[in-house]
Amino acid sequence: MMLGRTANGLFWMFRYIERAENTARLIDAGVRMSLTASNGSDDEWVSVLKSAGAEDAYRQHHETVTGPDAIDFLLRDTANPSSVMSVIDSARNNARMVRTALTREAWESTNECWIEMKHRLSRRVRDTDLPGVLDMIKQRTGLIRGAFHGTMLRNEIFNFSRIGTFIERADNTARILDVKYYLLLPAVTYVGSSLDNVQWVSILRSVSAHRSYGWVYESDLNPVNIADFLILNGRMPRSLAYCHEKISNNLGYLAAEYSERHPAHDTALEILESFRNRDIRAIIDAGLHQFLEDFITRNARLGNEIAQAYRFY
Amino acid sequence: MKKKGNFDLPFNEMMASDDDVRAPYSKYFDWYREQDRARLVMKSRDAEAIFRKTGITFAVYGKEEAAERLIPFDIVPRIISGKEWRRLAQGIEQRVAALNAFLDDIYHKQEIIRAGRIPRQLIEQNVAFLPEMIGMRPPGGVYTHIIGTDIVRTGEDQFYVLEDNARTPSGVSYMLENRETMMQMFPELFHRIKVRPVENYPMLLRQSLEACAPPGCEGKPRVAVLTPGIYNSAYYEHAFLADQMGAELVEGSDLRVVDGRVAMRTTQGYKPIDVLYRRVDDDFLDPLTFRPDSALGVAGIMDVYRAGNITIANAPGTGISDDKAIYSYMPEIVEFYTGRKPLLQNVPTWRCSEPESLQYVLDNLADLVVKEVHGSGGYGMLVGPTASKKDRASFAAKLKARPGNYIAQPTLSLSTVPILVKKGVAPRHVDLRPFVLVSPGRIQIIPGGLTRVALKAGSLVVNSSQGGGTKDTWVLED
Repeated sequence: MMLGRTANGLFWMFRYIERAENTARLIDAGVRMSLTASNGSDDEWVSVLKSAGAEDAYRQHHETVTGPDAIDFLLRDTANPSSVMSVIDSARNNARMVRTALTREAWESTNECWIEMKHRLSRRVRDTDLPGVLDMIKQRTGLIRGAFHGTMLRNEIFNFSRIGTFIERADNTARILDVKYYLLLPAVTYVGSSLDNVQWVSILRSVSAHRSYGWVYESDLNPVNIADFLILNGRMPRSLAYCHEKISNNLGYLAAEYSERHPAHDTALEILESFRNRDIRAIIDAGLHQFLEDFITRNARLGNEIAQAYRFY
Repeated sequence: MKKKGNFDLPFNEMMASDDDVRAPYSKYFDWYREQDRARLVMKSRDAEAIFRKTGITFAVYGKEEAAERLIPFDIVPRIISGKEWRRLAQGIEQRVAALNAFLDDIYHKQEIIRAGRIPRQLIEQNVAFLPEMIGMRPPGGVYTHIIGTDIVRTGEDQFYVLEDNARTPSGVSYMLENRETMMQMFPELFHRIKVRPVENYPMLLRQSLEACAPPGCEGKPRVAVLTPGIYNSAYYEHAFLADQMGAELVEGSDLRVVDGRVAMRTTQGYKPIDVLYRRVDDDFLDPLTFRPDSALGVAGIMDVYRAGNITIANAPGTGISDDKAIYSYMPEIVEFYTGRKPLLQNVPTWRCSEPESLQYVLDNLADLVVKEVHGSGGYGMLVGPTASKKDRASFAAKLKARPGNYIAQPTLSLSTVPILVKKGVAPRHVDLRPFVLVSPGRIQIIPGGLTRVALKAGSLVVNSSQGGGTKDTWVLED
């Protein structure tokens, strides 16, 4: 038995931690692109802002999109509720709120992450410091995950945390794909062009999959395989299918523990079914953009249904 | 007033003279002399890192920048001999028993008023007196489940009670974390010196609260800690205690009255609570009974309380017993209910509501400490000897405008204990807050408590909100 508010706090704590890590990865990919691309690097920052769901907020504060401004906005601007600093602050506040549900290790790794971010993100990050700061964000969030996995009991607390992680991660992967979906459409690919290769690597890099792609597909980069990897591959930990497998499992444990099913369980299964026995070509032919938009909506709806089922508010 | 010579030389709890260590500190002193200074300084920094990492911070109201601060921790322990402690504990127990008897009387027959020992208007016109509690007897007859009695020492055998914190005393998490930190940093010290444990406080607290379960409780009582939330200055402590006790940590928004019980919203619907250790003030407890704008409490909890379906710890209305105006009557109160002279002394107190006292206070402002009757945390007080002429003059104006709002006490020469400073150790003034648990027929005092220490040389203000620090407090097994 746990408080609805605690379930809510855990769900959001882990969504925020996941978001911090994803944003760091997006910035990393953006930086690589801007170093590689001969021109149009500011376009790249527009798509990074879009993928982070921060474009509108950014434009309220800046007239033009530039690399340094975009990076600062995504990393540490408190006017951006999704900046790394903002979400780590929110994650820690949630952790404080659910302190009694966390092991000492899980809490301290979160608190220490926040302490270091406060310090490292206290002023604008210089270009030369950026790689180090991005690494630090990935390391610190990784430490939280490690402490959490190593010490937390596999019970409802764990389930709500995991559900938060994977709802956030699925949303993030879908957004990255949706912003760049046109690059993955066979009709507009310029096979062999170096720009495309760079773009494709960038997509993979923003989900830390540029190495693992090669382990799974014994071929050069091609857009269909990339889409397959990020949407349907059940072993790729950031794919939509993988995330929803985990969400369904965790919801299943909750249903068993509480002996109670909710509409959220049906929604989750429905989403999972949309990945099962599907061929990536069929998805692309039916409209990749539409598929992703639908997914983002349904994923968000599932989050709301879970909040309702477990009395988050 | 004290003699000048006495005032100039406060009682040093560790050193009787430059080369004469007092008995309770002798083993510690031997250890200290073997230590490398650099290592101690390093340990002191380690301690700070431990506190920061653990998140043992407190919020300072009205200071945006330093929203979260650490309370400085000093690594030199404050040591009390077993014999000294037994004396103190007896005195505290007597006082706490009297406070509970007093509260029961005040909200029932009011015999102490009828006996002419306490003026009626002092009680009935006091904002801390809750008419809602008249005729109401809390489950088990316990009013003050948790008390933190502030004690100061001025000499070998001179202890005074400075305040009876009978509402929602805080600081116990520091007592526990200070000990934990000391044991982590200096395990060898605890091999050499046998110190009475404090670690079982959360368990004792839980048992004590469970023992006060309401008549409507069936089965094992469900205990919850009610916090105003993460922005409260003592939030760390609320979470810490709930965690250590294995109790739920709830906020007002989690609670509502369901079927005549106070219930919390869980992932499986509303579940009743039996004992609520609340860390919100009386005013905010029930918007239907007290402040209607409160979002921190539970609408209707007072009805559930009256129906005997929940225990509220501490009981509403206990503030009447630790009010600073009542404080001056404590010797009479102790004697009235226990039939014995108080074992622990009160600090002589002038009630400024009395014209003669007011005149005395105004004439001697430079020697006195003046406190607001309802103030706490060191806010709104004047320390005469260290205040500027200007401060004293403006305070005198406030005093004349609302004399009933103030009491005055002599500036006690608080005892000192050394702290680690740049050049070794140096004495600083301390006070002591032992924690007391009350359950039906039982008063338990945890050996030790929270030692607060003024970090500035000569300063008598130990409050953490005013830059004071803390020390681990050892009661020896002897």
